[in-house]
Amino acid sequence: MSSATASPVSTAAAKAAAPSATALTTIDAILADLFARLGNRQDQLLPVLHGLQDSAGYIPPERVPEIAQHFNLSRAEVHGVITFYHYFRSEPPPRCVIQLCRAEACQSMGADGLLEHAERALGCSLHGRSADGTFGLEPVYCLGQCASAPALTINEAVFARVTPARFDALVADIANVDNNSREAV
Amino acid sequence: MTTRIWVPCDSAALAVGADEVAAAIAAQALQRGLDILVVRNGTRGLLWLETLVEVETPEGRFGFGPVDAADVPALFDAAWSPDHPLALGLVEQIPYLARQQRLTFARVGIVAPDSLDDYLAHDGYRGLRNALAMAPAEIVAAVTASGLRGRGGAAFPTGIKWNTVLKAPGSEKYIVCNADEGDSGTFADRIIMESDPFVLVEGMTIAGLAVGATRGYVYVRSEYPHAIARLEAAIALARRHGYLGVDVLGSGRAFELEVRKGAGAYICGEETALLESVEGKRGIVRAKPPLPALAGLFGKPTVINNVLSLATVPIILDKGAAYYQDYGMGRSRGTLPVQLAGNIKQGGLIELAFGATLREILYDYGGGSASGRPIKAVQVGGPLGAYLPESQWDTPLDYEAFAALWAVLGHGGIVVHDDRADMAKLARYAMEFCAIESCGKCTPCRIGSTRGVEVIDKIRASSQPPQLTQHIVLLRDLCDTMLNGSLCAMGGMTPYPVLSALNHFPQDFGQADTSKHAA
Repeated sequence: MSSATASPVSTAAAKAAAPSATALTTIDAILADLFARLGNRQDQLLPVLHGLQDSAGYIPPERVPEIAQHFNLSRAEVHGVITFYHYFRSEPPPRCVIQLCRAEACQSMGADGLLEHAERALGCSLHGRSADGTFGLEPVYCLGQCASAPALTINEAVFARVTPARFDALVADIANVDNNSREAV
Repeated sequence: MTTRIWVPCDSAALAVGADEVAAAIAAQALQRGLDILVVRNGTRGLLWLETLVEVETPEGRFGFGPVDAADVPALFDAAWSPDHPLALGLVEQIPYLARQQRLTFARVGIVAPDSLDDYLAHDGYRGLRNALAMAPAEIVAAVTASGLRGRGGAAFPTGIKWNTVLKAPGSEKYIVCNADEGDSGTFADRIIMESDPFVLVEGMTIAGLAVGATRGYVYVRSEYPHAIARLEAAIALARRHGYLGVDVLGSGRAFELEVRKGAGAYICGEETALLESVEGKRGIVRAKPPLPALAGLFGKPTVINNVLSLATVPIILDKGAAYYQDYGMGRSRGTLPVQLAGNIKQGGLIELAFGATLREILYDYGGGSASGRPIKAVQVGGPLGAYLPESQWDTPLDYEAFAALWAVLGHGGIVVHDDRADMAKLARYAMEFCAIESCGKCTPCRIGSTRGVEVIDKIRASSQPPQLTQHIVLLRDLCDTMLNGSLCAMGGMTPYPVLSALNHFPQDFGQADTSKHAA
């Protein structure tokens, strides 16, 4: 599918799923930059973790000692912070993270049914990954789209009023993008 | 002459394809050689009409919605005629909007959120200019006299909190904005940040002047990337034009503002957990006292307010305390931005003076359920708020009236469920959510929520009356422990949805329906 013929849903999904321009910087360089810019006061720990995850996709556990040393904290303290917050990842994310809202407003508009549909469509359960590893299915608790429920995000792009059919269209679109980029290579 | 067409850029519009609509309009205009400027405004809050496109006419802004990108060529073919099936009339005259009293949301949907000029042209920064001519105690007195109470849920009088911080000794003080809007059914904070971010920046600056703080933090949840981007852009623009920095508008007084991003922990909406998180720690609730007003962020006196409280300050300083105070009922003064969501035909943001009833909101504004089925229960005030059955829908939206029902008005989030809702399942979800999101510091919340899930599972599985009764006694006992023994509202209020579901909908728990009207 070329972008010229893509439906609105398709272009949005493609945008959400487009692989980000791969930064060639290593994690060493990312951390050095963050440490230099943000300093070592403890209140910069979350900004450093965010910066690392934004650039590297996750927070490699083997980097915890280095981060702890920078902030003059124990490794346990840094590990404790990373694991306390649902947002931080300790392993690389799948190419496409789909987060389904599980909160009450979305439940009232069929989020449970949408989850069942998504699990069937991707062949994995919540917290799992599709067999080819492309999609990860995760819960999220409220995206602020409660009047247009149910809602989900695909790599941070938000979609509301999602029916099972729209879910399938979004997923198919991402698969198409992947096929095209494989052909291009 | 250039015709302006507005397409919202609020995430509620983006989530249903507003970017594609804007691109289609620009492409069609180019193809047809029309002189059209696409302006990206915020949302009007009529969320069932998104994407709501507005076209400039001599009479005013004329609306079309909900517009999909596929509708755009036909709209151009029809020359955006008032007879088109998607035509809504003049937006300001749509009854849903026309009947509201928009004070905090006065500019929302009208202005482009990335334009400081637009903000200034619509009365922006008038409050700050007035505040700069006042003594700190006068600013605090104005906020106190307005009757403004915290819009985050606890409804504590804002002026009294500010006064405590003003009087607290200390050369260093902070303003912290709680933008960790994690409750299902709420999106007013998000809309402010995405659709009128300068009003929050102005409100925090006024708060800084009022209590003698020179630094503020906005703690925004990570689930709101659009809000974070809008806010950061607004702060940068305000700084560049002298509204923030070491010398605010040449007054010689300093105020700096910084956005801090949360990381997916619901508990960080609790003010002390939020402060811990800003300090770079796990979001563990602190015991109170000391109050954050005396020993808050980094141990210093701290004003910590919700987005809506701070975003309401500019209009109070602009138009005066009496103007704001004139709206409302009883001790609930001013307006409440109601957020109508869930299974409802016309969901959106409805800013109204306190005193309207739930029934008016549900039917006059909401138009009934989205599914067309009877409404069974509404949850007001987020996941820690009570479920209200129809017998309670004539209650006015007023903090005290809700408290009298053993319910909470909170931040005015309303989630509607139709008659297919299984209240025992929703009660289980309340406990499960508490188990997932508890910070773990106190036992009633950490252990109680897990036990609560187990007991409700047993209730849902058992059909034998003696056993069932035993489990229900146990659930009530557990709720009593959580209510009275938890450190904060997370464990302390999870019993609200659980017990209200059990009391008002006993049939869903396998019990005879004998207490339908018991509170």
